[in-house]
Amino acid sequence: MRIAGRGMIDRRKPVSFTFDGRRYSGFAGDTVASALLANGQRLMGRSFKYHRPRGVLTAGSEEPNALVTTGVGPASEPNVRATTQEIYEGLAVRSQNAWPSLDFDVMAVNDLASPYLGAGFYYKTFMWPRRFWERVYEPVIRRAAGLGALSGQPNADAYEKAYAFCDLLVIGAGPTGLMAALAAGRAGADVILADEDAVMGGRLNAESEIVEGQPGQAWAAEVVAELAAMDNVRLMPRTTVTGAYDGGMFGALERVNQHRARRGTGAPLECFWRIAAKQSILAAGALERPVAFANNDRPGIMMAGAVRVYLNRWGVAPGKQVAVFGNNDDAHRTARELAAAGVHVAALIDCREGVRVQGAAYPVLSGAQVCNASGRKELEAVTIRTASGEHKIQADCLAISGGWNPSVHLTCHLNGRPTWNADIQAFVPTPGAVPGMRAAGACNGVFSTRGCFVAGLEAATAALEALGRKPVAINFPEAEDAAYKLEPLWAVAGKGRAWLDFQNDVCVKDVAQAAAENFRSVEHMKRYTTQGMAPDQGKNSNVTALAVLADATGRGIAETGTTTFRPPYTPVSIAAMGAGGQGKGFAPERFTTSHAASLAMKAPMVEAGLWYRPSYFPRGQERHWRQSCDREVGFVRNAVGICDVSTLGKIDIQGPDAAKLLDLVYVNTFSSLKVGKVRYGLMLREDGFVMDDGTCARLGDQHYLMTTTTGAAGQVMRHLEFVTQCLHPEWQVHVISVTDHWAQFAVAGPKSRDLLNGLLDAPIDNASFPFMACGAVQLGGVEARLFRISFSGEHAYEIAVPARYGAALFDLLVARAEAMGGGAYGMEALNVLRLEKGHLTHAEIDGRATAGDVGMEAMVSDAKDCIGKTMSERPGLRDPKRGQLVGLRPVGAVKQLTAGAFLFAPGDEAIRENAQGHTSSVGFSPDIGTFIGLGFVTRGRQRHGERLRMVDHLREIEAEVEICAPVFVDPEGGRARG
Amino acid sequence: MRIECPICGSRDRREFYYQGAAVALDRPAPDAGDAVWDVYLHLRDNPAGETRDLWQHEGGCGAWLVVTRDTVTHAISAVELASDVKRAMA
Ligand SMILES: [Zn+2]
Repeated sequence: MRIAGRGMIDRRKPVSFTFDGRRYSGFAGDTVASALLANGQRLMGRSFKYHRPRGVLTAGSEEPNALVTTGVGPASEPNVRATTQEIYEGLAVRSQNAWPSLDFDVMAVNDLASPYLGAGFYYKTFMWPRRFWERVYEPVIRRAAGLGALSGQPNADAYEKAYAFCDLLVIGAGPTGLMAALAAGRAGADVILADEDAVMGGRLNAESEIVEGQPGQAWAAEVVAELAAMDNVRLMPRTTVTGAYDGGMFGALERVNQHRARRGTGAPLECFWRIAAKQSILAAGALERPVAFANNDRPGIMMAGAVRVYLNRWGVAPGKQVAVFGNNDDAHRTARELAAAGVHVAALIDCREGVRVQGAAYPVLSGAQVCNASGRKELEAVTIRTASGEHKIQADCLAISGGWNPSVHLTCHLNGRPTWNADIQAFVPTPGAVPGMRAAGACNGVFSTRGCFVAGLEAATAALEALGRKPVAINFPEAEDAAYKLEPLWAVAGKGRAWLDFQNDVCVKDVAQAAAENFRSVEHMKRYTTQGMAPDQGKNSNVTALAVLADATGRGIAETGTTTFRPPYTPVSIAAMGAGGQGKGFAPERFTTSHAASLAMKAPMVEAGLWYRPSYFPRGQERHWRQSCDREVGFVRNAVGICDVSTLGKIDIQGPDAAKLLDLVYVNTFSSLKVGKVRYGLMLREDGFVMDDGTCARLGDQHYLMTTTTGAAGQVMRHLEFVTQCLHPEWQVHVISVTDHWAQFAVAGPKSRDLLNGLLDAPIDNASFPFMACGAVQLGGVEARLFRISFSGEHAYEIAVPARYGAALFDLLVARAEAMGGGAYGMEALNVLRLEKGHLTHAEIDGRATAGDVGMEAMVSDAKDCIGKTMSERPGLRDPKRGQLVGLRPVGAVKQLTAGAFLFAPGDEAIRENAQGHTSSVGFSPDIGTFIGLGFVTRGRQRHGERLRMVDHLREIEAEVEICAPVFVDPEGGRARG
Repeated sequence: MRIECPICGSRDRREFYYQGAAVALDRPAPDAGDAVWDVYLHLRDNPAGETRDLWQHEGGCGAWLVVTRDTVTHAISAVELASDVKRAMA
């Protein structure tokens, strides 16, 4: 029901929306909750466990009851608080946790079964049989309980994340925050003022108080306008600061477009901010707490402060006959304002004795309590208990106030605990709990408007001082300065279920039962009853539950203590926190210069780290990848193949001490390498295990080019930076990654030199360019680098050109190779070629292998120290029983080998304790005509010719294998030298 | 969490790679013996209080840094270039 002349809504702008399919009309400025209340729709949800009918309790983000689903299909969003969702034309809202309808919910049968469903019910009931846990109990419980559901379709909306920086972050734009921001803004500080509401002003917009001779709403609007005009102040409405983190960092969720019909426009729905603030002021206000009594969850029972918000902010009377119940003066304000607005006040019930109200237009019952409420889907009457007995009065709305809890949450995010303040019967922030943060105003236990102005100004002055800025004088606005007096009342005695946590359906008796069953610690009580574990994290119930627990255990509230406060303050969607990480955004893609050509040749691409590389290049009639792979292996063995190897890490190393660096990081010596030569090198970690391998070319006296494996490029680069900065900063040497600067292609096969000589400006021969030579060449006038190295074991080269020529060179090389009976080859063929030669990849050097394990201990130079050398001499790393690299070939009926299978002696049971080793890489060798493999076998080098049983437990494959040398083709290595 | 890189200024922790204790700067001689090498590689204090760690500004200038911070309060009290620290050790 709307009240004329009140509210900050635009009555010239009607907005229509639907709730459970029915069309409703509100005004611009309404929330779903205010518009539904204005239309007399008070039933807004069903409770989590008992499916009790529920109406709206609050007017803010702490709302436990009125959770709804907005939107349809992939755009639907569950568990949206109706109290914060602004309405817009066409908004579709659905109720949750009710079937078939909100009005008639079959699961409400749970409410009748409530004597059996109290705290600990699940723990005690669904114990046995064990096999029912996953198959029966969990699906049933999950279906019966819960709030909104996800659509199950991919989220089509855009989200953002962003960083912001400021001198001073002011959290909350009520009287405290506005005053603080004004003082800091006028003093020239960089200020961010964030508030979760769409309209800044906080309680100034909720009350009808006069500030500086004008309505508080108008005063707030003026200040906001002044702040908006300042270049050094950034206003962030609809932004909840959700967490405080180390070093002045804050997380914040901005609901950028949640208040508009914006689906499909590409505009971000939400933005997750990380705000770096030198100083901060917490002006988060306070949350009003209910009083527990039987059936205090009836729709129509609301917080007294929220009733004033609906009245003053949205011009809505939440009922026709409103009763007010409280333990403090603030409840009186609600009764007064309702009466002034012409709403019938059925009674003001104050639990305190001797309370009088001068000239009240409604009955005032002092020393009385509300002890029950009736009316299932809508409040009809409340039962009042006085000294003379109990009686009912008719009311369709009960405004209730048990006092206010300061919003201390953010001050506790760095492990701080709040302090109990007996004067206001609430917890207040402990000063200094978050470095650089000052809590001020209502969140610090100061409840009058004037008190908040004073606190805001003081906090800003202190923050400015910490920032080294001079405060400017500010005229102090006149405002109410009423004292806040209350008498604690947590739960009204009596039978029947009295609700504490509305969102998780926790009652006073559940907490009492937890205490009786010895879950007396507050953390145990929380987990046993689930008190405060719903999405609202018990914002309006935790303190009351503590008080009930304290009472049940005979302790004080301060002694009972609070549970831990953790971010986020209000729920944050995963989509916002992971903005940019959806789909391809999860990992950047790195493409080689031949990427487009590979795609044009229909090559399936495989990921190698962030790189994409061609798996194979299918041709004509080939129906299986193996056919393509075998053909490509043949190119290299018989003619010439072309493969893009640009993804290998390339590190340019220059300086007078470059050779010293290489001698320290490689096990073998590079200072002795001649200019124009390449050498294979093996690198250890300091703990003695192999880090990486690759070739390193000496391009000049003080100039080397190191290559790394594709996967370890980043790790090796970091390692070199570590050695040059942390171990030998005195060395004159510089390292830089040039991986992306050069496109590099393998030209491999007996016809490789013929191919190159058709392209190079000056031809080469075996004498001028022998195996392991390197040097500068020219290719159509382009400066290129040529390396005679071979991963395939054939006569082969790698040619590198500046990346801008990569695409053109790849096309040219492939065309020439095809004309010579060869062509491009992919990763599958590359792997087979290296397997046939026993060359290593990270399948072999997997972080557990030593130089000895891979048969390279002879490479470790005796003449010098190197990283990892000392530790590689540990007895355990020299143990002859260690797995040693061997070749494997199938000799039994089963011809298939698999990687990752275990190896056992023929008679042994295939269990872990009997394992003699494992296979690391396998492939089908067209040259040998069977599968071949590499693996590690204990004492393997002395066991060539022995037979073992390969068992792949996962794929259920068993094969008989013979151990052999890990080189299958051209063991003398003559081909590479020819 | 933010780290004040001596070269780049105050940066978000996501730009940095974390290595471990700054002990790594003090690489023993090859013949220092098993016990010394064991301490260098494996034995780490787990202080409730001040600790010195190596971080690399991998997403920035590439500098290795020695960061002194408190494991209880998470306060960072000093950030130095590892190369400066190493030179001072000589
Ligand atoms: Zn830096």
